[in-house]
Amino acid sequence: MALKENSEAIFSESPGKIALRTLRKDKRALFSLAILGFIVAISLLAPIYSHFIAHTDPFNSTLDATTTIGGKVVPVLEPSTTGLGLGVTPIGPTWNLRGYFLGADGQGRDVLARLLYGGRNTLFIGLSAGIICIVLALLIGVVAGYRKGWIDAVLSRLLDVIWAFPVYLLAISLSVVLLTSGLTIGFIHIGPGSFALPIFIIGIVYIPYVARPIRAQVLALREREFVRAAVGIGAKDSTIIFREILPNIVPSILVFIPIIVALCMLTESALSFLSIGVQPPQASWGTIINDGLALLYTRPLVGIAPGLLIVLTAASLNLYGDAVRDALDPKTRARGDA
Amino acid sequence: MRRSFRLAIPTFLSALLVASMLAGGGAATAAGTGMAPYDPTHAGGTVTLVAAAAAGSLDPKINYTAEYWELYQASYDGLLGFKYGDGKSSFEIVPDLATALPVMSNGGKTLTFTLRSGIKFSNGAPLTVADVKASFERIFKVSSPTAGSFYNGIVGADACLKVPATCKLDKGVVVDPKKSSIVINLVAPDETITSKLAVPHAVINPASAPVKDAGTTPIPTTGPYMFKSYDPNKLLVMVRNPYFKEWSHDAQPQGYPAEIDYKFGVTPTAQVTAVENNQANWVYDPIPADRLNEIGTKYASQVHVNSLTAMWYLPMNTNLAPFNNVKARQAVNYAIDRAAMVKIFGGSQLAAPVCSFLPPSFPGHVDYCGYTKGATPDKPAKAWAAPDLALAKSLVKQSGTAGQAVGIVVSDDDVNKQMGVYLQSVLNSIGYKATVKPISGNIQFTYIQNTKNKVQISVSQWYQDYPAASDFLNVLLGCASFTPNSDSSINMAGYCNKPFDAQMQKAMGFGITNPAAGNTLWGQLDQQVMKDAPVAVAFTPKQLDFVSSGTKNYHFSLQYKMFISQLQTK
Repeated sequence: MALKENSEAIFSESPGKIALRTLRKDKRALFSLAILGFIVAISLLAPIYSHFIAHTDPFNSTLDATTTIGGKVVPVLEPSTTGLGLGVTPIGPTWNLRGYFLGADGQGRDVLARLLYGGRNTLFIGLSAGIICIVLALLIGVVAGYRKGWIDAVLSRLLDVIWAFPVYLLAISLSVVLLTSGLTIGFIHIGPGSFALPIFIIGIVYIPYVARPIRAQVLALREREFVRAAVGIGAKDSTIIFREILPNIVPSILVFIPIIVALCMLTESALSFLSIGVQPPQASWGTIINDGLALLYTRPLVGIAPGLLIVLTAASLNLYGDAVRDALDPKTRARGDA
Repeated sequence: MRRSFRLAIPTFLSALLVASMLAGGGAATAAGTGMAPYDPTHAGGTVTLVAAAAAGSLDPKINYTAEYWELYQASYDGLLGFKYGDGKSSFEIVPDLATALPVMSNGGKTLTFTLRSGIKFSNGAPLTVADVKASFERIFKVSSPTAGSFYNGIVGADACLKVPATCKLDKGVVVDPKKSSIVINLVAPDETITSKLAVPHAVINPASAPVKDAGTTPIPTTGPYMFKSYDPNKLLVMVRNPYFKEWSHDAQPQGYPAEIDYKFGVTPTAQVTAVENNQANWVYDPIPADRLNEIGTKYASQVHVNSLTAMWYLPMNTNLAPFNNVKARQAVNYAIDRAAMVKIFGGSQLAAPVCSFLPPSFPGHVDYCGYTKGATPDKPAKAWAAPDLALAKSLVKQSGTAGQAVGIVVSDDDVNKQMGVYLQSVLNSIGYKATVKPISGNIQFTYIQNTKNKVQISVSQWYQDYPAASDFLNVLLGCASFTPNSDSSINMAGYCNKPFDAQMQKAMGFGITNPAAGNTLWGQLDQQVMKDAPVAVAFTPKQLDFVSSGTKNYHFSLQYKMFISQLQTK
C-alpha cells in the first residue's frame, strides 16, 4: 500500500521537483553544500578581512613589516639567531585574526589574506572554465549528435584530437605558449596576466569529456519514438532540439556541472602551482602551495592550508555531484524510496 | 661570469706580476698556500654534485657560468692558470701548459711562452703549438662571450670579430713548432692579459675541435678529468683522463675522486636533503631560505661561508621601453630595498647591500651610493641606507613611462623567483605593470643576453673572472660586450657609451704603468656610469658551500670557489 501511495506521489510531481525534494533530504548533499557555502562565503569576504581586520595588502611584498605579538613588536621575517645565524624565517601562525593568523609567506604577506583571495580566484576560474566547457561541449555534442553526417565527423575528429592529448600536457603546452605573450584574436588581445587565459585553456581541454557522452545521448535520443513523432509532424530542428532533446539531457548536464567545476578547479590549481596559471602577485590556491613549497620545512602551514581547501572543495563538489546524480536517477530514487 | 667568481688578484699584485715579467722574470710573484702533496691513499670514490639545472653548453669557449667553470678547472688547461691554493694564494697566476710565465717584451705588447712537452689530450693526441693557435682562433670562430672584451687586444682580433668564420691570428699568435714557442702580440699593453689567458675561455683545445659551439659533445681535455657523457636534463659524468700526468702541482694537481657525477633536475631543497643524507657531496644552487637555519644549526660543521667579489644586480635594457629612459632606470635604483633583497637571499650573514658597480674590497671600489634616501648620483652617500619610493615614483612620472608593462625575467629557482616577485611588487608600487617570467636556470643566463628576446629587466649575478675593475665595468658595460641578437652578449643592458668606453680604455692603459691612478679612474668611472643607471646593483653575496659529512679536504679558491678535484670521499 505504501509503495502505491509513493508511486502516486511521484507521478503527480515533475521530475525536477522530485529530484529537488530528494536532494533536500540527502544528507550528503546538505553537508557538501554547507562546506561549499562556507568556503565561498569566506572567499568572498577576502577584501573585508584584509582591509578592515588584518589591515594588510596581500599583493605587495612587505619584507620589512612588523607585527605585535603579546605586546611585543616583532619582524614578520625573523633573522636566525642560532648556530651560524643563517637564514630569515617568516613568522608562523599568530592565531590572531588581526594579522598573520596563519603566518607570513616568504614575501612577508599575510597567508590567510592570500588564501581568501586565492579562494576567490580558484573558485572563479574553476566555475567560469566549467561553464565555458559545459556550454561549448553541449553545443558541440548536440550539433554533432543531431546533425550526424559530415558535421558529426568533423566535430568528432576535433574532439578526438583534443582527447588524444593528456589533459595536463595540453593545458601546460597552451599555458606556456599563451602566458608568454598573451592571446591575440583579431582585435581582441588578452594580456599574459589575465584570468581569461587560464579560464579559456582549462575550459577547452575538458570539452571532449563532456561533449562525447552528450553526443552519444543525442544520437540515441534522435532515434526515439517521441523525436521521430516530432519529425513526422514537421517540427523544426530547433524545436526538436529545444523541446525534445535538451530536456532529456539536462539531468546529465546537471551531474556534469559539479564534477567538471571540480576538475577545472584542480587543473587551475595545478597550473598555478607550476607557475603557468594565475600569475603573481595574484594568488590562487595553487600559487600559494607553490609559495609554501619553499617554506615546507619551516612554515608547512603555508602549503598545507590551501591544499586542505582544495581537497575540501573538490570533495564537496564531487559529493554533491553524486547526490545530484542519485536524485535525478529514477532507479536509485525508487530504491531509496522503497 | 654568472654564479661563479673569477680570480681576484688585487691589481697591485697583477701589476707586480706584469712588472716582474717585463723584467724578464718567469717566476710566480706571490707566495701562497698551495695544496698539500697528493696523497694516493685518499684517491677513488665518486663525488656527486647536485643542481637544479644544467648550465647549457659544455664548450669551454662558450660556457660562462660558475657551474661549469668549477669543472673546467679540473679538466681544461690554458697556457696559464690560477694557482690551486686557499685564500689569496688562489689569485696567483701560475704557468700551466706553458713552462713558465710569459716573457714580456715590446713594452708589454709581446708575450712569449714555451709549451710544455709530453702532454696529451684525453683522446691520446699530443698537445702541440698548432692546438694553441687554433684554440685562440676558436675563441672568435665560436663567438665566445668574452671574445670582444678579453681577447680583442690580440693583433688580428678586430678582423676576427668582424668575420669570425675565417678568423686567422697569424700575426697575433705566432707559433714555432720546432721551438715549441708561442708569441702573443697585442695591439696595446694590457695589465690583465695574464688573467685573461688563465680563464677557461682561453683553454687549449685540440685543433680538431669543432669551429662551432660543441654543445653537449665533450671536447678532449688535458687536465686530470675528462667529460664522459653529458645529458643536460639528467647527468654529467667526468672520469679520469687516462693520459694525465701531473706536470705542475700548483696549476693542475692530480685529483682524488675516480669519478665526478653532476646530477641535474634536483630541486634545491632535495639537494640539501641529499647532502644531509650523504647521498650527494655538495649543493650547487643557493640553499632555500627555509633550510638555512637548519643547516646553520644542525650541520654547522659542514657549512663553509666565504666572501666573494660578486654582485646580484638588475640589468635594464637601455634600448627598450621603459628603461631606454634614464629616469626610469634611476627610479628602479631608488625604489629597490636592498636590505629586503638581502633577506630573500638568506640574511645579513650571507650578503650585504651595495649600490656601487665595483664590489667592496675590489680594485677601484669607492664607498658611495647615489641611490639611497637623501642622496643623489651627484651627491652620493657613503653607503646605502634605505629606498626612496617617493623619489622613484616622481622619476617614473617625469619619465612619462608610468603604466607601461614590464617583464622581469628570472631563473626559476626559489631564491631568484622570490627576487622576481619582490621586484614585481616594487615596480608595481612605482607605477609599472610588472609581470614575472621565471624560466629554467639552464637557459635564463643566455636568454636575457639575446636582444631578440626583448628582455626589459632581469635578475642576474656577476662573479669576477679576474681581479680587476675592467672585469666588471668593461665586461658588463663595454660596447664590445654588446652583440645584438646573440646569446653571448654579456652587456645585458645593451649599454654602449662611446666616451665612457674610451675612458675605460684609458683606465686599462693606466693599469700597467700606474695602477693607483688606474684604480682611481675606475672608481670615478663607476660613479659616472651609475648616473646613467644601466643596471641596479642590489647586494654582494657570500658563497655558502654545504658539503656532506663524508666529504673531506674542502678547499676554497677565491678564483674558482671549491676545488672539486681535491674533494676526498675515501
